[in-house]
Amino acid sequence: MSIQVPVYSTLYNQGISPEILFWVGCAGSFDARAQRVTKAFCTILNKIEVSFAILGEEERCTGDPARRAGNEFLFQMLALQNIQTLNHYGIKKIVTACPHCFNTLKNEYPELGGNYEVIHHTSFLNGLIADGKLKLQGGGSFIGKKITYHDSCYLGRINGIYEAPREILEALDADLVELKRCKSNGLCCGAGGAQMWKEDEPGSGRINQARATEIISSGADIVAANCPFCITMLQDGLSSDPTEKNIMVLDLSELIVQQL
Amino acid sequence: MLEQIIFSILCILSFGFAAKRFLFISRNINLGVDWTPDSTPSEKWKNVIFIAFGQKKMFTKWLPAILHLFIYIAFIFTQIELIEILIDGITGSHRVFLPILGSFYLLIINFIEVLSLLALIGTFVFLARRNLLKIPRFQSVELNGWPALDALIILLAEIVLVSFIFMMNSADVALHQESYQFILSGFLVPLLQDFDTNTLHLLERVGWWGHIIVVFGFIVYLSYSKHLHIIFAFINTYYANTKPRGKIENMPAIMDEVKSLLGISEASNGTDQLPDFGSNDVFNLSWKNILDAYTCTECGRCTEVCPANMTGKKLSPRKIMMDIRDRADEVGKKLDSGDVAFCQDKNMPLSPTNFSDGMSLFSQISPEEIHACTTCNACVEACPVLINPLEPIIKMRRYEILTLSSGPGDWVPLFNSLENNQAAWSMSAERSAWTADMND
Repeated sequence: MSIQVPVYSTLYNQGISPEILFWVGCAGSFDARAQRVTKAFCTILNKIEVSFAILGEEERCTGDPARRAGNEFLFQMLALQNIQTLNHYGIKKIVTACPHCFNTLKNEYPELGGNYEVIHHTSFLNGLIADGKLKLQGGGSFIGKKITYHDSCYLGRINGIYEAPREILEALDADLVELKRCKSNGLCCGAGGAQMWKEDEPGSGRINQARATEIISSGADIVAANCPFCITMLQDGLSSDPTEKNIMVLDLSELIVQQL
Repeated sequence: MLEQIIFSILCILSFGFAAKRFLFISRNINLGVDWTPDSTPSEKWKNVIFIAFGQKKMFTKWLPAILHLFIYIAFIFTQIELIEILIDGITGSHRVFLPILGSFYLLIINFIEVLSLLALIGTFVFLARRNLLKIPRFQSVELNGWPALDALIILLAEIVLVSFIFMMNSADVALHQESYQFILSGFLVPLLQDFDTNTLHLLERVGWWGHIIVVFGFIVYLSYSKHLHIIFAFINTYYANTKPRGKIENMPAIMDEVKSLLGISEASNGTDQLPDFGSNDVFNLSWKNILDAYTCTECGRCTEVCPANMTGKKLSPRKIMMDIRDRADEVGKKLDSGDVAFCQDKNMPLSPTNFSDGMSLFSQISPEEIHACTTCNACVEACPVLINPLEPIIKMRRYEILTLSSGPGDWVPLFNSLENNQAAWSMSAERSAWTADMND
């Protein structure tokens, strides 16, 4: 099966308006690790034959890191231009695999004039599984292994989505072990608030290493995540721990794709 | 008669002084800029009922929640007894409610006695948690000095208060065996059996006066203490925002400016002079941020869950709130001093708009602290009284970046690539380059 990733402007010029816009985000577009998540998600979208498109070169950073760093001017520049693009195409429904993009598009764009139905791919995929549109075939390399789930701040505590990812793991027949700090008490990976782009302030340790220690003590073989920044931070944290035994950090879509 | 006069004078003095302090704090809160909560009346009252009155968020930690509940319920029900003491004190009556309420009165006093005992147990456990068990969140550097003493004073005062209640009640039981059936105080009566009636009367008076003097002291002390939360928790939960937590407050002035730059709207014909952006002092925080600061109980649940703090960074959300409160107090005192030295323009009278003391929030809060925040919202989630420590952190970052044009050097490449490439990283590849090898 050849996987298609249509660009919105092309379809638009053909008079086609896809059902959903897949918002790829900077990490999903440029980061080699996150690209694998992007591709896994596109594979699923192709499999279920949903009509979707990406903005391609017309997509800009949502402005999340700029706003959280305090650079409101830059945030407004990016956000307002994105909104111009989105409104130009009359986009109604956006799905994204990044909780930071999700949060900004969903909660911050309306006040700037951008009103869309914004769904994180976790909720989207869970909905597809629940509706029977996405049929899981079972199996996958993770079966028989312990999986833990890391709540990203921006999906979990900030947007209250705790159950959808866990329902997916249940549907995948994964052997879930919860981390000591989970759900509303989940521990940050250390990347948010534009920390991803700066060195840590002086301290006794790194946040991602603290989280990695918790993951290791859970006895899990795989960490399911839902955020490109968490994936990078956690994998880095785990790699830096000498006791670590090749724990994999995988996006939920990378688990699902194994059961297509 | 002398007792009534002394009582009335003390009563007026304590309430009068407390009123003056509340006006001072209320003025300090209003030094902040205008802000309107987006919550509906029903959301507001729901928060007051569940979060403040019902202490819902306290119960994420069961043990302190239950012990705190004992003290809280004891405090509420003791108000009935305090009303009686006020009437007795002014009119010279003794247990004025007893003949009116009859056996129901005995029930109330017995209930208050049980609660007082539970509160006493809670107080001892709290003292142990702070001073013997040394629970980490009570050991942070920002608690050194006055905050730690404040916590100790109030717990000791609670012990003294409850002791006086039992002294008063047990002496009364010993004097009026037949009519005062206070069960818990009754257990103390054997200790008093050797005393004559006069001594028992004296003990009752000492208990009564001791109790009310601690209460008057508390009324005055309250406004200097983190115990202000017993009032402000209700006000703060009422005004708490219920907007989506991930939505950072918009800056309409900048939005409009950018809209006109992009040609989305007409160029604003306002002044070229843009105001200071973000916050460096109480004058450019919102009044809600300052109310948050005065509401803070210094419980440290925010700091305990802060990922930056737990990895040894200097950031402590509790310290941010305490620093804002202390700054508001400091500015308030300086404004009240009328000292011309604090005037920005020496030819104009001292006022909130004509104030400069060469200090700001940055005098206490270092850039290192605000730079360490991951915006994870754990502090916001943890606060039992809906304080938002994240908002002032973002506002101070805004001040740094937008007004001072400073901030972490590491962010310069981020800003540059966002500006030039509309992406968080500067990459030579196109944004959709990943699609090329989709089928490899």
